[in-house]
Amino acid sequence: MNIRVFRSRPASKRNAQKLALPKAATGIQGLDEITGGGVPRGRPTLVCGSAGCGKTLLAMEFLVRGATQHKEPGVFMAFEETAEELAQNVRSLGFDLDELIKRKKVVVDFVRVERSEIDETGEYDLEGLFVRLGYAIDSIGAKRVVLDTIETLFSGLSNMAILRAELRRLFRWLKDKGVTAIITGERGEGQLTRHGLEEYVSDCVILLDHRVIEQVSTRRLRIVKYRGTTHGTNEYPFLIDNDGINVLPITSIGLEHKVSKERISSGVPRLDTMLGGAGYFRGSSVLVTGTAGTGKTSMAAHFARATCTRGEKCLYFAFEESPGQIVRNMRSIGVNLEPWSRKDLLRFHSIRGTLQGLEMHLTSFHKLVQEFQPRVVIFDPIDSLVQAGTVKDATGMLTRLIDFLKVQQVTALMTNLIHGGQTVENSGVDISSLVDTWLLLRDIELGGERNRALYLLKSRGMAHSNQIREFLLTDQGIDLQDVYLGPEGVLTGAARQSQEAREKAGAVVRRQEIEGKQRERKRKREALEARIEALRKEFEAEEEESKRAMGQEQLRENNLRLERQRMAARRKADAEPDAVPFQTNRQVRV
Amino acid sequence: MTKSVENSPKEDIWELRLYVAGQTPKSLTAFANLKKLCEAHLAGRYTIEVVDLLKQPQLAAGDQIVAIPTLVRKLPEPLRKIVGDLSNTERTLVGLQLRPAK
Repeated sequence: MNIRVFRSRPASKRNAQKLALPKAATGIQGLDEITGGGVPRGRPTLVCGSAGCGKTLLAMEFLVRGATQHKEPGVFMAFEETAEELAQNVRSLGFDLDELIKRKKVVVDFVRVERSEIDETGEYDLEGLFVRLGYAIDSIGAKRVVLDTIETLFSGLSNMAILRAELRRLFRWLKDKGVTAIITGERGEGQLTRHGLEEYVSDCVILLDHRVIEQVSTRRLRIVKYRGTTHGTNEYPFLIDNDGINVLPITSIGLEHKVSKERISSGVPRLDTMLGGAGYFRGSSVLVTGTAGTGKTSMAAHFARATCTRGEKCLYFAFEESPGQIVRNMRSIGVNLEPWSRKDLLRFHSIRGTLQGLEMHLTSFHKLVQEFQPRVVIFDPIDSLVQAGTVKDATGMLTRLIDFLKVQQVTALMTNLIHGGQTVENSGVDISSLVDTWLLLRDIELGGERNRALYLLKSRGMAHSNQIREFLLTDQGIDLQDVYLGPEGVLTGAARQSQEAREKAGAVVRRQEIEGKQRERKRKREALEARIEALRKEFEAEEEESKRAMGQEQLRENNLRLERQRMAARRKADAEPDAVPFQTNRQVRV
Repeated sequence: MTKSVENSPKEDIWELRLYVAGQTPKSLTAFANLKKLCEAHLAGRYTIEVVDLLKQPQLAAGDQIVAIPTLVRKLPEPLRKIVGDLSNTERTLVGLQLRPAK
């Protein structure tokens, strides 16, 4: 119950304050997202960080964007660099400071405080600074002010008590003037700035950091505090490139992206069948992991070809091979990518993972994707990116990359090399939980040979096959075969083939046996029938014989009777001689 | 005192400029202190120009004025700046190089 009360209160408070606290958009990409609209309007913001972390550039971009995009002229009070130096420094970011100064959009006032020239005696104040700043603000009607780096005053003037009192007055004065100010400060020991400026600027503090990890540098930005508003609290990587500062918010994108029900082919028909019969979801992310030489790139090439065949654009980031090498190698398995490359449906971007930091990679991905507008992006292989940072950083970066691509509805296929000894279910870069479909390619060592096998470890949102397939690289491309599953276990390659041959031979033998038996039975039946025929013939012969014998008998009987009659007639016997012959005659008849 | 003045050529004209911002007590003190000091050490060969930045704010950038009051020794070269109300005469003299630092 306590928790509920605790949670509900800031929410209502937040809404009230959102309305109450006006913000000035910095115009810096990403920073406005993190701060929910920019820095507090009409108040000073402290930007601190160690040397070379981009404080001056951030402040300058705030001023230039204000002048060019928000119609808010600005004053840059520089304590370290002259106007010419500043103009030169920011020209590389595409800012024409001289032009802005000429058009009275920006005033640069260089304040030089040289200790060796100055002696101090007695009481003084910094009214001169106020006058200068006030004059500069009024001359162009400035709404924004940058003080870079006001702490320089501490090295030029020695009376700390006066300085501190005057700085407090300065920030009060800036607020009264209603200008949105950015004050930069050098990072100090144990505190945010060397002279504790955060004591005076209490509304918004932004910390910049520049770290080198494993020889690759990454810039980061963090909002230490922002009174009266919610803000992103993470460390956000940022970049300084030829467009100025790019802050890359990880979490601001959220998980609100649209999802598509459309399915696209993986380029391998049998694999599509395994994937619920239709292939990957559009806008999903696919991870192909496998040990060396298991056909990850081939899988990627098939997908690229299928994409281009549909007439869609595919962007292929190769971190280990040159475009020429990929095209040549894929031709050997019957995948010709060159025509698509020539039609500009397929674009390769080969770059070494170690060439630049992860953030730079991410930005170049963003840029290229936005420029080329592909429907499919392939990263081959992502573990190369780990070399440009730590595994943790790479994971963070890939998370943002996947989020970004999902928002754009771009399907991503990433390959990842697993090193020997690792468990196969370990994706190396820890993104297995982020991807939607995970294909695992692995070797199965059996009978003195290594064969490739493909598993479908997961595929979100579709019925998919849970069976292992044997993965064959033929000169016609990828072929998936069912593995042999029998009493001998899982068999692949030659073992599978020989087992199949054995089975085939066995089947032939069995068939022959059956045929033999059938023939024998037929023969037996014929023999039986022949015997039956013979018996019948014999019987018929006997019957005929007996008939003939009976005929003769009767004839003889008749003859005998006739003879007897004749004899009786001759002897003139009066006895009835007929009786016996007659009976005999009758019996024979029956 | 005389020694240091002797070091610098007698014919040198001291051109001094005092930056103030309005008639504040600090400014008035500074001007009074300066006047007294110049009369004592540079009688007849100095000029004092008082610049009120409230009236002429654009002049602040030229001499890189931050603190008020600031005394700038334009001549003789090199340029020197002394900030504060000049209440410490010794330090002011050192700052103006009218007396070598101890």
